Parts: sequence; C-alpha cells; structure tokens
Amino acid sequence: MNTQIDISNLERIGDDDHDSIEISLSSGEQYLVFTLGDELYGINILSVTEISGWDSAALVPNAPNYVKGVINLRGNIVPIIDLRIRFEVGEVTYPKTTVVVILSGLVDGRERTVGFIVDSVSDVLDIEQDSLQCSSSFDGTVAANYIDGIINAGDDVVTILDTNKLLSINS
Amino acid sequence: MSIDLEEFHQIFFEESLENIDVVEQALIDIDLESPFDAELINSIFRAAHSIKGGSGTFGFTEVTNFTHLMEALLDEVRDGHRTLTPELVDALLKSCDCLRNWFASLQAKEALDTEISKPIAKIYQTMLNVDSSAGVSDTPVEPAGARIDADSASQDSVITDNHKTWLIEFIPDNEILLSGNEPVRLFRQLQQMGEYSVTVNTNKLPNIKSLVVDECYLAWTIQLQTDHQKQEIEEIFEWVADECRLTITDISNCSDQQLEESVEPVQESNNESVKIIQADKLTEIKHTTKRALPSSSIRVGIDKIDNLINLVGELVITQSMLSELGSNFDMSKIDKLSNGLEQLLQNTKELQENVMGIRMLPISFSFNRFPRMTRDLSEQTGKKIDLIINGESTELDKTVMEKISDPLVHLVRNAIDHGIEFPKERLAVGKSENGTIKLDAYHKGGSIVVEIADDGRGINCDAISQKALEKQLISSTEGMTDSQIFELIFEPGFSTVETVSDISGRGVGMDVVKKNIKSLGGRIEIESEEGKGTVFKVHLPLTLAILDGQLIRVGTEICIIPLISIVESLQIKQEMIKKVSGNMNVYRLRDENIPIISVGKEFGLSSSADNFDDQLLVIVDGDDCKVGLLVDDLLAQQQVVIKSLEANYKKIEGVSSATILGDGSVAMIIDIPGLLSMSAKRSISSNKHVA
Repeated sequence: MNTQIDISNLERIGDDDHDSIEISLSSGEQYLVFTLGDELYGINILSVTEISGWDSAALVPNAPNYVKGVINLRGNIVPIIDLRIRFEVGEVTYPKTTVVVILSGLVDGRERTVGFIVDSVSDVLDIEQDSLQCSSSFDGTVAANYIDGIINAGDDVVTILDTNKLLSINS
Repeated sequence: MSIDLEEFHQIFFEESLENIDVVEQALIDIDLESPFDAELINSIFRAAHSIKGGSGTFGFTEVTNFTHLMEALLDEVRDGHRTLTPELVDALLKSCDCLRNWFASLQAKEALDTEISKPIAKIYQTMLNVDSSAGVSDTPVEPAGARIDADSASQDSVITDNHKTWLIEFIPDNEILLSGNEPVRLFRQLQQMGEYSVTVNTNKLPNIKSLVVDECYLAWTIQLQTDHQKQEIEEIFEWVADECRLTITDISNCSDQQLEESVEPVQESNNESVKIIQADKLTEIKHTTKRALPSSSIRVGIDKIDNLINLVGELVITQSMLSELGSNFDMSKIDKLSNGLEQLLQNTKELQENVMGIRMLPISFSFNRFPRMTRDLSEQTGKKIDLIINGESTELDKTVMEKISDPLVHLVRNAIDHGIEFPKERLAVGKSENGTIKLDAYHKGGSIVVEIADDGRGINCDAISQKALEKQLISSTEGMTDSQIFELIFEPGFSTVETVSDISGRGVGMDVVKKNIKSLGGRIEIESEEGKGTVFKVHLPLTLAILDGQLIRVGTEICIIPLISIVESLQIKQEMIKKVSGNMNVYRLRDENIPIISVGKEFGLSSSADNFDDQLLVIVDGDDCKVGLLVDDLLAQQQVVIKSLEANYKKIEGVSSATILGDGSVAMIIDIPGLLSMSAKRSISSNKHVA
C-alpha cells in the first residue's frame, strides 16, 4: 500500500484533497485494514484482541449461512462469522491465507467476543476522525448498516466499520 | 447532592434477610417453658437492632419504625421486665414475614405494603402501653432507652416553654466515613428539628496532596433552635457516638447579640462547607463505583480456600518436575514421565473437585426454613408434627440449591397437608399422636438425594387411578404398576383432596415440582405404603457446571446428549419402523410406538434421507413421552464441562449449551425438551404449508 509518512506537515490532515495518509504521532486512532475480495475495510485496532489462522469450527444448528460455527478460544465459545458472505463481497474460499480477526467489546453492557473471517490482513492506518467521509450516501449493500464512513488511503479507499454494530451482527 | 446508594442497599438487604433468618431461627429455638435464655434473646435483639439501624441509615422509615417496636419489646424482655409469651413469639414471627415481604418490595423497588404491618404493630403498641403507662410516647421513632432517660430530659425542658437554643459541637474522628456514617445526613435530621445553622471548622484540613479521600478532616459547630429535648438531639448522633467528640450545650440564656454574633459567620461559611463536602463526596463516588459488586455473592469457608492454595502448590511442583524432565529427556526416564503425568492427572482432578466445592453450600440453607414452616402449618391445621432433619451438612451447588428450595417447600407442605393425619385419626389407627416428617440429604452415586418422608396415611393407589380416569389422564389402569400410578400425581391438573385448602391442593403444584427438578437435570421418585407413609426421593446432580454426557455423531459434527435423559440406545431394525399419521416415523419398541426425530435434519447438519440402515436410535425421556433420536454413531460417554453459548452468541433452539472436547473442539449439548418442541413446531408449520 502506498503510505507516506509525513510528520512535519500536520496541518494537511483533514484536507480532503490530499491523496496520502498522514501517520502522525499526535491524535487520531489506529485502524486495522483487511481485505474482503477487492475491497479494503478498516476496524478500530483497540477492539481487535487477536488475529489467527482459519481452522474449522463446530457447526451451529440452524444458523444463518454467514455464521460458520463456533470455536474454542482458550475456553470461551466464540462464534465465527464470514464477513464475505455477510457483506456479499468477494469469493468465499478458504485458502491457507484466510485469517480470523477476533474482536471484542461491550454490547449491552456485557463483554462479547466474535471472530470474523476475512481474506487477509494488510496494514495499520492512523486516521483522524474528521477525515472520515460521511457514509449517508451509500445504498444497496448489506455492509452499509455496519459502516462508519470511508477514507482515502493512497490510491485506495478504505471502508471503516463500526465495531459495536459488527459485534451485534448476529443478534 | 446524592450518592448512588444502590450497591449499599443490596448489601443491606442481604444482611437484613440474614438477620431475619437469625431472629426466626432463635424464636423457634426458644423453649417457653425452660428458663430464660439470655443469649438467644440477645441474638434476636442484636439482629433486630441491626435491621433498624441499617434501615434508618438508608431512610426506609417504615422498616425503622416497625423494627423499633420489635426492639422496644425485646429490650424489655432482655432486661427482664417482660416475659416472653407465646403471643409475643407469634407476633415476632409474623414480623419476620412482614419484614421479608417489605425487603422483597424494596429490592424490587415497589411500594411497601404497610397494611400487613398494622395488625402486628397494634399488638406491639398494646403490649407496650399496658406495661409502661406514662413514659411511652406515641411516636414510634423514640428509642427504647427514652423511657429511662425521660425524667432527666423532662427536667431539662421545663425551663423555657420547651423552646431552646442548643450549641452542638461535633468533631468527628477521621475514620467516621469509613463506618458508613454521613455527617450531612445527621445535619439534615437536625434541620428538620428546628431553626438551624452550621459552621464548619476546616483547621484540620491538610493540603491536597496528603489528603486521604475517605477520611474526614472537618468539624462542625451547629446552632439549633428547637422544641425538641436534648436527648432527642443525642439520639441523632447515637450511631456516631463512638466516633466523634460531641458536646451539646444549652445557650438559650445567652443574649441575642451574642447569638447573632455567633450566627453571622455561620451563614457565610455555610456554602463553603457544603462545597467541601461535595468535593469530598465526588471523590468518594469515584472510589466506590470502581468497587462495584457483582449481582450475587457467595461465602466460602477459609478452609476451602486454603485447600485450593495447597493444591495449586502441588500442581506447580508437578509442573516444574515435568518441565525439568522434558528439558533433558531420554528413554530411560519414561517411567518417571508416566508417573509425573499420573500425578498431574491426580492434581487436576483434585483441583477440579475443590473448585466445584467453592460453589457448594450445605443444604441446611434450604432446610432451615422448615422448622418454622412446620410450626405454622401444624398450628393452622391442628395436626401435631415432629420434624426430624438429617444430613444438613450435605453440600449442594448454590444454583441447584436456589432452584430446589421451592419444590422442597411444596413437597413438605404436601406431606403435612395430605400425608399426616389428624391426631384423632392417628390414635384410631394405633399410631402415635404426633406425625413425623423426616428430611434427609445424602450422596448417592454421583448425585445428591433429598428425601422427604412422612409417616402419614400414604398414597391411595385406587383413589389416584380413579381420579386419573375421571380427569381422563389415562384410559385404563390395566397393567399399571403401583409406581406408575404414583407417577400420575405429577400430571398437570391433578389433585385428590376434595377441598382445596390454603396450604396445597390446587393441583398446580406437583407437575411444577417435577418440571423444576427435571430442568435441573434431576428426577423424583415416590415410595409409598398405604397407612404407613410416603417417601419422596429427589435425585439432583451435584453441580450444574459439569454433566455426564453421551457423545454422538451427527453428520460430521459431534453432539452430546445428557446421560440422565437417555433411556436406552439401540440398533435400528428396518422392519420396526412404521409410518403413521401422515409421514411420521415411529419405532415399535416392545409394543410402544416411539416417534423418531432425526437430529441431523432438525439441526440442518446432515441431509441424509430416510436411510435408517447405518443409523442408531437413542431413546430419550422427553417431557412426558419417550422419543427416539436418530444419530449416526454413538461415541464415548464422558463428563463434560458446560460452557455458555449465549455469552458471545445467542440462544440456539434445541441446544442448551456447548462444551469443549479433549481435542479442543467445540460440541453442542442437546436440550432434549427444546429439540422436541422445535420438532413439533416444524411439523405444525409444514402442515400449515400443505393446507
């Protein structure tokens, strides 16, 4: 990915015209970027507890097709959701590079952990909140319900997902 | 300015309920004929006093007023001015019920039902009024000690038509806040007494760095103009008396000017003091929210904890031995290795047992309510009952205990109401006048058995079968064994007693009892002999955290059926499968037609059509009938640890929870009643589809 480090030029952050991402040491939050098919998605890195390889999961009776099952994560039963099926993007294959991103956060005041299958994990981005472009104009896709906004990363566009909405994806 | 008292409320409720139990237990232990037992009275008094104090602190005035009456009477008993009469014991027992009811309402944040306390309060009032004629005031808030001090107090108040000015110097100890006392609350109470002004003395306040948030550095001087007596003011400070220096002086005779002088600075600093208090409180609030308590707690004996620590110590030793062995291993040490592994197995097993033990409570928690209940019921019914309790120290999982309490109560009530005969009847059949109810709890083969036995009239098989025929629960009694007939009393809507009594007999009880016990993974047995008595045996699992399971294979998945619900497993004989009533498969097993449910189909795990050839049938006990579950393979039987699915996912129909198998993979534990109702729903909806 075409990422340029520019610490001196902080005032450019938030400028819609620039075509590179500023990695600053100041404010802003870090996002983990992963791919689904040809698309790039970002998720707040603070909610990512771990990234692991994909192994089989125990099937869950009568679950929707995007719930691949549950796995044993150090004694906890954690459901695994295939985001490619949920968002209807990319091809659903499971090569060796397939990874599971485990997210956890509070849903209704209770800690909840869910794993998400993605094609690959690519990068960590620093993002200023104000450079996030509004997502209100999206339409059609399932993913729109889980989106915070989109952001430019070099030549690519990264869709930023809302952790809390993702965690309550199956309820 | 208010603090979130919620968590303190919770602790107070728990403690108060415990105190009520103490009172009740002591009241029942009191033998009215034997000489006066000061220790028992004291323990009752202490418990009542704690409830009164706590409720006063939290502002539950109804509770305070009511317990105050109890306390006043108990105080007289304690001092020997009053003898403990049966009426008083009765009234006190009723008060316990009333208080329990109130605490339940308080916990649910509902309004208190003050009606229930009125008759009891009236009894107390009359008892108090009869004995101590002059000194007792009408206001129930006045403490018991009031009467003793009354003389000196009245002398004080005679001087100037009761209206006086008091100068109160209140210098609390540093630790006063730690004991849960709150000066502001005291002041608020003073404020209600009359005209009041306060100055704060901040001299002792250290600089901010050395300030400890939960210590109190302030002192106050309060001027109070009031009609109330000195000892009423003292009463407000009663709870903090040990933790402060308090001087109360009468300054009514001082000149107005003096008064004004002292009042003026007061008002200026008034705001300031409040601010300081506020700041103080804010830090305290932060402090307390961090320590937020979980919703329920458990008390564990220190010996259990010590045991755990010992075991963990052993485990660490074994681990270090094994890792040393592993670091330079050769085949000559294979014996040592297998020894070490064996030791590890032993350690883990013991550790598991002990950890489970933490959740265990002696069953006396549940049994303790029965003496009181039997006493009440024997009064109500006029039956004479001896209660014998054995095995009180048998331990049971806390959750199981909570869920089993109500069914046990029902069974005991039933035994008294239906089982035990009236004294006359008993004498007529040559039994002793007093009926006996025996409660027993013991371990038996990995489960706990709770026995409720009575020596009453026993269960009349004919009456039951007659009733069952009447209610069309069965079509004929032919070929039914006695125990099968006994089972009928667990049918919904079954009750043999002609008149519906207050105690039992609405016919809603026994089926609920059975359901509750079943939902815990237990079962209930009846043994009865007419004329001799009945024994109910409730079998309960030791814990809800582990269950004995039968591993089965469905398609590619491994599932678990709780062993307790399995009746038998068998190889399918193709010719025994019949199709009935519209494509429903039943299996003919010894003249019984058992509906077949394919687990794979219900769960959407395998699509194999009606090919029964390589499949096995597991006959399970459903809610009220046997059902055959079609599975691909039977695997091992083992104990499995129950893991929640709902924590991270959601409730799945037909699955109660999950577990982790030896190889680290996850397996679903099948919820048999859930699976059956799911299957029933499916067939209904598919029928609708056809229609």
